Amino acid sequence: MTRKLLLEHDHIEGIRTYDVYRKNGGYRSVEKALKSMSPDDIVEEVKKSGLRGRGGAGFPTGMKWSFLAKPDGVPRHLLCNADESEPGTFKDRYLMEKIPHLLIEGMIVSSFALGANQSYIYIRGEYMYVLQILEKAIQEAYANGWLGKNILGSGYDLDLAVAPGAGAYICGEETALIESLEGKRGNPRMKPPFPAVKGLWQRPTVVNNVETIAAVVPIVNDGGDEYAKIGIGRSTGTKLISASGNINKPGVYEIELGVSVEEFIYSDTYCGGIKNGKKLKACVPGGSSVPILPHYLVCKTAAGEDRLMTYESLADGGFESGSMLGSGGFIVYDEDQCIVRNTWNFARFYHHESCGQCSPCREGTGWMKKVLYNIESGKGKSEDIDLLWDIQRKIEGNTICPLGDAAAWPVAAAIRHFREEFEWHVKEPVLSQTENYGLVSEKSFVTETV
Amino acid sequence: MSEDAKIKVTIDGKTIEVAPGTTILNAARQIGGEVVPPAMCYYSSLEGSGGKCRTCLVEVSKGSEKDPRPMPKLMVSCSTMVMDGMEVKNTTSERVLEARKGVVEFLLINHPLDCPVCDQAGECHLQDLAFEHGLSKTRYEFKRREFEKVDIGEYIKLHMTRCILCYRCVYTANQLTDSREHGVLKRGDAAEIGTFIEKNLKNDFIGNVIDVCPVGALTDKTFRFRSRVWYTKPVDAHCECTKCSGNAVLWMIGDEISRVTARKDAYGEVKEFICNECRFDKKDKSQWTIEGPRKISRHSVISANHYSKEIPKHTTLLNKA
Amino acid sequence: MEEVKTNIEFPRELLDEVQRVVGMFPEGKQKSALLRVLHIAQAHWGHLSPDIMDYVARLLHIQPIEVYEVATFYSMYDTAQVGKVKLEVCRTGPCMIEGAEKIIAYIESKLGIKEGETTSDGIFTLKAVECLGACGYAPMLQAGEKFHEHLTEEKVDELIEQYRQNPVANYMGLQK
Repeated sequence: MTRKLLLEHDHIEGIRTYDVYRKNGGYRSVEKALKSMSPDDIVEEVKKSGLRGRGGAGFPTGMKWSFLAKPDGVPRHLLCNADESEPGTFKDRYLMEKIPHLLIEGMIVSSFALGANQSYIYIRGEYMYVLQILEKAIQEAYANGWLGKNILGSGYDLDLAVAPGAGAYICGEETALIESLEGKRGNPRMKPPFPAVKGLWQRPTVVNNVETIAAVVPIVNDGGDEYAKIGIGRSTGTKLISASGNINKPGVYEIELGVSVEEFIYSDTYCGGIKNGKKLKACVPGGSSVPILPHYLVCKTAAGEDRLMTYESLADGGFESGSMLGSGGFIVYDEDQCIVRNTWNFARFYHHESCGQCSPCREGTGWMKKVLYNIESGKGKSEDIDLLWDIQRKIEGNTICPLGDAAAWPVAAAIRHFREEFEWHVKEPVLSQTENYGLVSEKSFVTETV
Repeated sequence: MSEDAKIKVTIDGKTIEVAPGTTILNAARQIGGEVVPPAMCYYSSLEGSGGKCRTCLVEVSKGSEKDPRPMPKLMVSCSTMVMDGMEVKNTTSERVLEARKGVVEFLLINHPLDCPVCDQAGECHLQDLAFEHGLSKTRYEFKRREFEKVDIGEYIKLHMTRCILCYRCVYTANQLTDSREHGVLKRGDAAEIGTFIEKNLKNDFIGNVIDVCPVGALTDKTFRFRSRVWYTKPVDAHCECTKCSGNAVLWMIGDEISRVTARKDAYGEVKEFICNECRFDKKDKSQWTIEGPRKISRHSVISANHYSKEIPKHTTLLNKA
Repeated sequence: MEEVKTNIEFPRELLDEVQRVVGMFPEGKQKSALLRVLHIAQAHWGHLSPDIMDYVARLLHIQPIEVYEVATFYSMYDTAQVGKVKLEVCRTGPCMIEGAEKIIAYIESKLGIKEGETTSDGIFTLKAVECLGACGYAPMLQAGEKFHEHLTEEKVDELIEQYRQNPVANYMGLQK
C-alpha cells in the first residue's frame, strides 16, 4: 500500500478547517522549523529529499532555492504557482480544496527557508471558489498565530495573500505569472534575468508549484533522507497523479514514484483498468504537452522493460519512444478514440492560450490547428502531414517561453507514432468521419521519422 | 571602459573585441556586413524591446572560453550577452537559416502582402527580410487575418493588418511620452495594437511611432498615397525647434516637402526622435535649413538607385531668415 | 440598452474590499490588485465597459490603456454584455473524450442559441472554454464560480431550470 504524505488526511471530516487540521498534526513543521532549524537547514533537507518541481519541469527544488539571490536590503518573495491549467491536470485543485492548510503550512516553512516575508499564492481565476477556501484558511492561520508578525515568538514575520488570474494558461509559466501578479498581461519575460535574480517587482523570487510546496511539510517533519527513501533513483517521494480519460476510476491519486504504469492503469487501487473492457490505445502520461505514447509503449519501454511512474522511466527512449512525467496529468485513450481529433483538440488549446508575443508561437499554433482541422474533417491532403511536421519543428525551441514546445510536442509525437492514422484520414476522408482507425501497428524505432 | 576590459567574440569567423554587456547583435553590427542578423523588433534606444520576432536567432557554437559548451537552443542575438571567447554562427549555420526561414514564413502567413499599395514599400524591413530569407511561395492556404484601418489621431493611420506585433510603438509611447494611450489588446494571433476606445494620440512626440514601425502598420497621414518613397529625394535638414533637436530628413518631390522623418541609421533606427510639429507641420522649405543629400540606408530601395545628385543649395534656404 | 455614463462607483463595501486587496501589496505596487479588482467590477456590473475600466484605472492610479490591455488579454473578462449566467463548458482533451461536444450541442438546442451567444431573455450565455481542471470529472461546466461535473443531459436540464428560476450566479463570492 502506498505511503501517503500529502493526502493522508484528505478523507477526514472537516480537515479543511484549522482545528481538525491541527488535531491531525498540522503545523508541526512550522514549529519544528521556526524553533529548531535555520533557513539553510531547511534548504539542506529539501536538497537531501531529492524533491523535484511538481508543476511539470521536474527541476530539483533545493537547487532552485539555492539559486535565489540575496542582496542586502532587497526583499525576496516566494510565489506559489496555483495556476493549474495543463489539460489533464487537476491535482492542485484537489489538494487546495480538500486540505488548504497543508499548502499554507508549506508556504510558511518554505518562505522561512528563503527569507521571504511577503508571499503570494497565484491561483487561476477559474478556481475562484478555491481562492475563497484558501483565504478563509489564511484568516484562520493568522488568527492562530501562524502568520503575521513574530510567528511563534521566533522573530520571523510573514504575510501571505492569494491573488487570482483571470483565464490564461500561459500564467503557469513563471515569468508570465510574475507579470500577471504585477497586474499586467501574462507575457512571459525574456530570460535571463531569471526570477531568482529579478522576479516580482524586480526582486529575487522563487516560484513553486502547489504540490512542491506541500511536499516541503513532510520533508521538514520527517527529514529529507526519509523522504528520499521513497521512490527510485532521482525520482523520490510521492507524486499526485490526475487520472482521466477512458478509465474506470478517474481521480487524483497519490503514488509512490516507481509504481509501474501497468499497475497504475489496471489495478483497482488506482485507475481500475480501461472502461467498458476496451483496449488501451494511447496514453498521455504527464499533461497535454508531453508526447503521447501508443499502446505498445505505455507499459513497456522500447527496450522491453517495465515502464514505471518515474521521471526517468517515462522519459526512457527520449522523444523517439518515451514521454515525460510532466505535471502528472495522466490521460488514457481507449481503442475508440481518434488521435487526429485529439491532436487537433490540443492544438486548438495551445492556439487559444498563446500570448502572441513571439511570432513562431503566435502564428504557428493557429496554423497547426487549421491544418489539423482539415485532416480531421476529411479535407486533408497527404502533404499536410509533412507540413505539420515542418511547422512544429520550426516552433520548437524557437520561442520565448516553453509554450511553443508544449504546442509542438503533442503534434510531433502524434505524427511520429500515429502517422498511419493521419494517412488513413487523408485517404479515407468519408469513412474517417464515422469510423475510428483503432490501434496503430508497432514499428521499429531505429529510423528517424520524416 | 579601459582596453583590457574588452572581451572577444567571433561571429561567422570574424573576431571583434567588444565591451562586456554587449549583445551578440550589437557585436555583429560593430563588425558589419553579412554577419549582422536581421532584427524586426529590437530597437537599441527602446528599453525592453527585442526577443519577440525571433528573426535574429543565432547559433552559439561555443559558449565562452571558460565554458566552451555550445548552447543547445538557438539564441536571440538581440538579447543574449556576449561572453569572452564566445563563437557565434549566423549565416554559416544551416540551423539558423532554416529557423529564420521559418520565422519569415510565420511573419508572412498573416501579412496582407499589399506592398503595391503600401506606403512603406521600398523602406519596409519585412520586405527586405522576405526577399533575403523567405520562400518564394506560400504554404498557407487559409484566410489571412484582417483588421479595419483606423485613424489614431489627426496624423497617424493604423493599418493593423500589416502589423507584426514588434511592440516598438508601445515602448516608444511608454518611454518618449508621458502617458501612453495605445497598447497591445487581446492575445495570441488576435492580438492587436490599438487604443480600445477611439482616441486621438496627441502627445508631442507620438509621431515617432511611425518611424519605429518596421512595416506599414503606422503611416503618416500627411504623406499617405502621395508618392512612392523611391520617387522622393531625401535631404538632411534641420530647423530651430524648442521641443526636439530639429534634425530631420525631408523627403522632397521637386521643391515640395512630401514628408518629414527622423534620421535613421544603417539599421533603420532613429537616434534623435523628432517632435510632431517638425514632422507634420513644417512642410514649407523655408522653415528648414537643408544640409545636403541624405545617405540612404541599405533598407531602402532608393539605395538601389544610387541617388547622389547634389541638391542645389538655395541661398535663402541656407541662411534662414 | 444604453450604458449609464455617470455614477460609476463601487458601493462602500466593495470599496472596502478593493482597499483590502490593494493592501495585500507593498506601497506603490497597487497595480498588482488590477486582476482582482476587475473580477470584482465584473461581478458587480456584469461586464467591463470602457467607463468601468476607466474607473478602475482611476482607483488604482494607472492609465486606462493598462486596464484595457489586461481586460482584453484574460479570457474570463467580458468587455461586452453577457447573460446573467455564463454556462462555460470545458471542451479540452479529457472533456472532449467524455462527450463535451454533445453537452454543448444539447445546451445549444435546449436554449436555442449557438455557442458564444446569449439567450434573448438575457439569462444565459453559452461558452465553450478551455481546460478548467476537472478532467477526472468530465464532462463539466462552470456557472459563475461553481463547477458542475459529471454532466448528463438530465443534469443539464436541472441546472438550466434552476438558473432560469433564479438567475443568480456567484462570482468572487458576490452575486451577479
